[in-house]
This record gives sequence, structure tokens and C-alpha cells, in this order.
Amino acid sequence: MIQTIAFYLFATIVIASAALTILARNPVHSVLWLILAFFNAAGLMVLVGAEFIAMLLVIVYVGAVAVLFLFVVMMLDVDFAALRAGFARYLPIGVLLVLVLAAEMIFAVSAWSAGAIALSATVAPIPAEVPNIVAIGTLIYTRYLFIFEGAGLVLLVAMIGAIVLTHRTRSGVRPQKVSDQVKRRPQDAVRKTDPLVGQGVEL
Amino acid sequence: MTDFFAGYLGYNGGWFIATIIGILLIALPLMLAVAMIIYADRKIWAAMALRRGPNVVGPFGLLQSFADGLKVFLKETIIPSSANRGLFLIAPIITFTVALLAWAVIPFGPEMVLANVNVGLLYILAISSLGVYGIILSGWASNSKYPFYSAIRAAAQMVSYEVSIGFVLVTVVLWAGTFNLGDIIQMQRGHIFGFINGFAFNPLLFPMAVVFLISSMAETGRAPFDLTEAESELVAGYQTEYSSMSFALFWLGEYGNVLLMCALNATLFWGGWLPPVDWAPLYIVPGIFWLFAKILFFFFVFSWVKATVPRYRYDQLMRLGWKIFLPLSLFWVFLVSGYLMLTRYGA
Repeated sequence: MIQTIAFYLFATIVIASAALTILARNPVHSVLWLILAFFNAAGLMVLVGAEFIAMLLVIVYVGAVAVLFLFVVMMLDVDFAALRAGFARYLPIGVLLVLVLAAEMIFAVSAWSAGAIALSATVAPIPAEVPNIVAIGTLIYTRYLFIFEGAGLVLLVAMIGAIVLTHRTRSGVRPQKVSDQVKRRPQDAVRKTDPLVGQGVEL
Repeated sequence: MTDFFAGYLGYNGGWFIATIIGILLIALPLMLAVAMIIYADRKIWAAMALRRGPNVVGPFGLLQSFADGLKVFLKETIIPSSANRGLFLIAPIITFTVALLAWAVIPFGPEMVLANVNVGLLYILAISSLGVYGIILSGWASNSKYPFYSAIRAAAQMVSYEVSIGFVLVTVVLWAGTFNLGDIIQMQRGHIFGFINGFAFNPLLFPMAVVFLISSMAETGRAPFDLTEAESELVAGYQTEYSSMSFALFWLGEYGNVLLMCALNATLFWGGWLPPVDWAPLYIVPGIFWLFAKILFFFFVFSWVKATVPRYRYDQLMRLGWKIFLPLSLFWVFLVSGYLMLTRYGA
């Protein structure tokens, strides 16, 4: 009973906030609706018993990715008139996308009603009575070790790529050398002199 | 408690009522604790600055926080005319709610936990990563430059320190072998020489306990990392445009978060509700008192630091997070997992 209520609650909010993500005029509001959608999707994950995935969804998407999204969008100076101008130009592509999505949905539903894929055919059956962190960990680090490490390598390359692309060395800047700052003592910085009138000191 | 109510109302009804009562049993004392802890905070700063601190309202000024609460409650809520109304009002509510949410998984005793979930630690990480939204939204919705600067600072600061906090938690999880906070506490029983409780006494984990304590100060935006509300630069930071209860909610949320971080320090490294030493007579004292004593100790450390350490510069803050804590904690994950691999799990 309470599961059903919770499911319909989460599902409704996911769909509504997903719709509002694309309908909202203000891009910041769009990102916030997106965050709400992520959050409720995590709720749905909890309902099907995948609490680990749910928490990851919140930590990674809501806690990190969406913060950066919001960060960027907040700083944009959005010209709303320019945003609305391209409606007629993008209409054909939009219609095409809608048609493709609708066709896929019809295809999926008819394939599903023709008979679901038997669960016994899953590659790695879900062990009963094991917390799903343990289950995922066991699979990732034994059966799918190489694929998992491959994915890690791809991410590493992407990260290095991002750093290489954005990092630039400029000449003529004086970066802080923290070790020098820490090493500096009062006697290095202060000089006591007794200059004659009208002569000043040599700096 | 669930069984008691289930006897009258059936399983669903009993569970529902028991959960509601559990939530109230956590949230209401927490509000009271926040009020008293603000008073304690001010008294501690006052003592360190050789002042008296609040001493007028009630005996020893004990009722000062309630008087302040009543005062902000009676004030007018001012919403700036060019602010984004909805978000402006939602922001403090988010901060406050998120500060309460994470308490659901903190164990107060052997059986005293509202939600004994397997992913307790991940839940805490998830919820604490939401805390930044309250601040970002308040900064943006205020439509004013100082709150906005503050929001940007807060976002960068929280995201940076979450990374090292995550790695510190990984070392604890590796050692305990579980994400469940209750089990993590049980794993600390007799951790050193068979009778000292707490991961912090383990030489391999002690540096992480220190990193976690400092990172938790940065994560909650407490001094010396309170760059988000540096009053000499940003007026009052993200709270500048807020007044009345919307301001009070930020205040409550902030202290709720501080208490939560103290509880996490106690739970993850100092044995939670376990007494410091695994000695039978000490277990006569209910676990909740040990936990409270540890929380209060860490709160004292927080206000001690606030009273004595000058505020960091922003670049120093970022340097500490990314160039010192991140490599250190990452290396420590490697070290701890290597050690456990060699000793516990067999080469």
C-alpha cells in the first residue's frame, strides 16, 4: 500500500519536473527542476531495492554535476529573446526527434507485450540476502574487472584531456610560492635604518 | 516501538506512527539542542575573550537563545523587490530541512536509530551534498552582489572539501567493512589492544580523523573557513538580504549541521555511543550519554577553533583542500587498503 503511494508520488514528480525542466523559461529554474527529477528518480531506485544506486545518483548527479550546472547557468547572461527566436528553425528537428521517440516507445511496448525476456537468462543472477553494495562490488571487482578498469582509464584520459585543454601557462605572472611565504621570517622582511634627512633609503 | 503500535493499528499503521514519533523524538530535542548550543558557543567565545557573554536573560543568560528566537519570530519578513520570490523563500527551508534529514541514520545507542540502513554513510554524504543548494539558491535569488559572491564561494568550498571527506570516509569503510553506521560503531569495540574503543586510536586512521575534523569545519562553513559569510568582505554573505524567520532558519540549519558533523566525528572515529574503554561497568551509563559527551567535546573544539584561529584567505582554503587534503587522503586510501589487503584479507 505505502509502496504504491510512494511509487506514484515519486513517478508523478519525476515526470512533472522533467516536463518543467524543458518548459521553464528561466534556465536556473530548469536546472532546479532537473535536480528535483534526479532526486525523485533516486527515490524510485530506493523503492526497487537498489539503495546503493539511489545514493550514488544523489551524490554524483545532485551533489556534484548539478551543482556545477547551476554554477554555470547562474553566471550566464541569458538573452531570453534570442532563446525564443529560433523556434521555427528548430521545429523540424524537434518533430523528427518526437517521431523517433514515439516509434521507439511503440516498439518497446509491443516487444514487451510479445513476451518479456526471461530473468534466468541474466548474465549475473542477483544473489539473495546480500546487500547490494556487496553484490555490485563482487561483480565489478571479479567478473567485470577489466571493463571496470577500462572505464576508469577512459575517465582518467578524459580528465587529463580536460586539464591539458584548459591549462595555459602565461608569462609575466608571479604565482605564489607557499613554501617561501611560510619560510619568511620577520628579520628577512624588516630592516631598521636611520636615514639622513633628505636622503631616504635604498629599497 | 513499532511492535507496540502494531499491536493496536496493524503493521502499516504501527510502523507509520512509530516512525513519526521517532522523527519527532530526534527533531524536537535537536531544536532545543541547537538553541542551547548557540548559547554555549557564545559563552565559550566570551570566556576565551575574557568577556562575560550572554548573562541577562534567565539564570546565567540560559534563555538568551529563546529570547533571540522570539525576537526574530516577531520581525517582519522582508523580501527584496527584485528577488526571485519563490526561490528566495525556499532556500532557507532547504538548508534547515537538509540539516535535519541526515540525523535519521545516526545511531544514538545499540538499538536507538531511526533508519538502520545499509548505506547509512552514503546517505549522509548524499544529504550533506544537498546542503550547498540552500546557500547557492539564497545567493542567486537575493539578486544582490554580495550574496552572489558568497554563493559562488560556498559552492566551490563545499564541493572541494566533499572530495576529501569522501576519501576519508572510504578509509573508515575499508576498515569497518560496512557502510552501516551501527556496524561501524560495533567494529570499533575494543579496536586497540582489545579494550580501547575508537578508530582514532589506530595510528593508521588517526591522521584521517584529523583531516575529517578540519574538513568538517570547512564543510559547515565554520571559522576559520567561514569565507561564505566573511563580514569584512561580503556584509553577511548569503544571508545579507534575509530577515526574520527566513534568517533564523539559516541559523538553525547551520548549527544543526555543525552538531551533525560533531556527531559524525564521534561516530566514525571515536566510537559513537560506546564508552571510550571497553570495560563492563562503563556500559551501565546508557550509550546516548557517551555520544552526547563526545558531540559536546567536538562542539567545544569547533568553538575553540572559531575563537582562536584567524580566518583563512580564499586561495589558502582552496590550496588546503585540493593540494594537501586531497592527495593526502587519496594516498591514505591506498595505504589503508594495502595494509588491510596484506593483513586481513591475506596476500
